[in-house]
Amino acid sequence: MSETNKSEYLVEVNHLKEYFPIRTGWGKTTMLKAVDDVSFAIKPGETLGLVGESGCGKTTVGRTLLHLYKPTDGEIRFNGELVTSKNVHKFRKDMQMVFQDPYSSLDPRMTVEDIIGEPLDVHKLYSTKAERHQKVLDLMSLVGLNAEHATRYIHEFSGGQRQRIGIARALAVNPKFIVCDEPVSALDVSIQAQVINMFEELREKLGVAYLFIAHDLLIVHHISDRIAVMYLGHMVEMAEADELNDNPIHPYTLSLLSAVPVPDPEKARANKRIILEGDVPSPLNMPSGCPFRTRCRFATEQCAKERPALTDRGNGHMVACWNK
Amino acid sequence: MSELTENMPKKNPLSLQIDPKRFEPASEDEKAQQDVMHASTSFFRDGMRKLMKNPLAVASIITIVVIILMILIVPKVVPYGYDEIIRVNGSRDKTVTNLAPFQYSEKEQAAIAAGETIFPHIMGTDSLGRDYFVRVVEGAKVSLSVGLFASILVLIIGVIYGSISGYKGGRVDLIMMRIVDIIYSLPDVLIIILLSVVLNQTLDPNNPIVKALGTNMVAIFVVFGLLYWVSMARLVRGEILQIKNNEYILAAQAMGGKSGHIIRTHIIPNCISVIIITTALQIPSAIFTESFLSFMGMGVQAPMPSLGSLANSARQGLQSYPWQLIFPAVLIVLIVLAFNLLGDGLRDAFDPKLRR
Ligand SMILES: Nc1ncnc2c1ncn2[C@@H]1O[C@H](COP(=O)(O)OP(=O)(O)OP(=O)(O)O)[C@@H](O)[C@H]1O
Ligand SMILES: [Mg+2]
Repeated sequence: MSETNKSEYLVEVNHLKEYFPIRTGWGKTTMLKAVDDVSFAIKPGETLGLVGESGCGKTTVGRTLLHLYKPTDGEIRFNGELVTSKNVHKFRKDMQMVFQDPYSSLDPRMTVEDIIGEPLDVHKLYSTKAERHQKVLDLMSLVGLNAEHATRYIHEFSGGQRQRIGIARALAVNPKFIVCDEPVSALDVSIQAQVINMFEELREKLGVAYLFIAHDLLIVHHISDRIAVMYLGHMVEMAEADELNDNPIHPYTLSLLSAVPVPDPEKARANKRIILEGDVPSPLNMPSGCPFRTRCRFATEQCAKERPALTDRGNGHMVACWNK
Repeated sequence: MSELTENMPKKNPLSLQIDPKRFEPASEDEKAQQDVMHASTSFFRDGMRKLMKNPLAVASIITIVVIILMILIVPKVVPYGYDEIIRVNGSRDKTVTNLAPFQYSEKEQAAIAAGETIFPHIMGTDSLGRDYFVRVVEGAKVSLSVGLFASILVLIIGVIYGSISGYKGGRVDLIMMRIVDIIYSLPDVLIIILLSVVLNQTLDPNNPIVKALGTNMVAIFVVFGLLYWVSMARLVRGEILQIKNNEYILAAQAMGGKSGHIIRTHIIPNCISVIIITTALQIPSAIFTESFLSFMGMGVQAPMPSLGSLANSARQGLQSYPWQLIFPAVLIVLIVLAFNLLGDGLRDAFDPKLRR
């Protein structure tokens, strides 16, 4: 590590772009801009929440960040060091991912022990079979699984248990950073809370940093230090969790927050729900200028001409909007 | 009930009024009971259980085992060689040809009368005076081995080709699959005929492999290696394309697994059942092809028998000695049917979604 550009951030993402070529018949391809110019940074041990509606590119951000997809453009730095397709292997041990779908992300032909032990195999983190077995059992108890489950196959587990297996697998190599891709959205509410609490405990115990993806603002607010809001592949707002919750600025964030149920009925009545008009535009056919303008109450001519950049509105509250 | 609700604080008229005193915390043992699941069944055991419940598959397994046992035991028990012309007391016997099952020639009858024991000709003898039973069993052995080796050849080439094509994807896949399409459209029998003519001219006849098998057999193997792997390759490729879409492949990449690791630990175990089933179904088709070619006179070299060539030579005496055709023909049918039914059974047991 001779590089001198060591920064305070563990993960830095600058102007990340991920375009998917989509065949539109007869040899023509158009670019689906799943992620377009997204930048953020995460400190060691910090949790950045990433919210947005379905299809806005959250998963793609997470996967491109780990070089599971080759970025179309932009740079990713880990510990200040540039991550490229060539050197990504040396970062694999430090960056892990918990997948959105606990059904297809675990191999049905492997036992739980082999699934959790796979990262240990890949990185050769043990010298004897017994050591591997012990490490797997430790990980299983860390995420609250019974030792007797080790020899079982995935089809014998519930969704919540599967998600724990996925988390144990991500933790096996002692990563410094985990992308959690909607780790609880496939679970029912009672188990959601358990798993969220587990993530918090693990953060306290192991000091890992998370990029915590979800479409539920309530959950994200609960676990995150900072929250970023995405819309159609763009980042529209990013701030401290409480700041974003109390003083949302971007019209899209406002509408998202107005949809969150409030426990206090007095407040709920005062809190008028902002219902967005129209549908999300297709990512294949993006509106010019600001991506949100087609559904925005405040849209002006300028919004159609030019895309607003993320600007700091004080205290690191970043917003991309011309009018607010 | 009323007595219970009596001494409870009245909270809300709509509340369930549950008395907390009637509950106690669950012990560790009781909590653990929640985690008990049904007995663990491995994928393989589960499939084997289903296979053993399929009567057709079980009957096929028994048939195949009986035939294999016959191939192993008969040459040890019956004192005749498959290419040996029967002699009685060291002298040639003209009347030993084309005997019916369990019939003895005149000289043999004389020898038996003199107190000698002569092993019966269970299926009679052929036109040259060789024991037909031994020849049919030897023919079954040759046919089975051809089927097995041809299938292994198909298995190796098809799996390697298909997995490269499916795993690489993109342009590599496109080109490799167009090659498969071209090979698919070649007429196989024509190629075998052309190849055996060409190989007859070019192969060194003193080469031990050629000597043992004959050029026709070499041609058959070459054709299997060149042409017949394509359907296996297509199947494996399709399966891999589908497996590749699963997120556990992405997860393996995320943890730093290299291609070799991913292929070994995820892709092969997940498509092994398809491969085994296809191979099991490939064996009878190879046996059938070999029998067909031998019947057409393009198979094994005399004196080596195969079921097809035995049936072929039986054609001349069909009117007088029909059993010479019936025995090998029935055996071909039995073997091909048994392997086909076993393959179907394997498919139903291990991969029901493959059934069309
Ligand atoms: N491999 C791919 N090839 C082509 N298009 C893709 C691919 N992956 C994602 N997309 C497209 O990119 C866009 C963003 O997808 P992404 O999965 O990142 O959304 P998401 O925010 O994670 O949604 P969700 O909340 O439903 O998981 C979608 O329009 C999707 O169709
Ligand atoms: Mg997603």
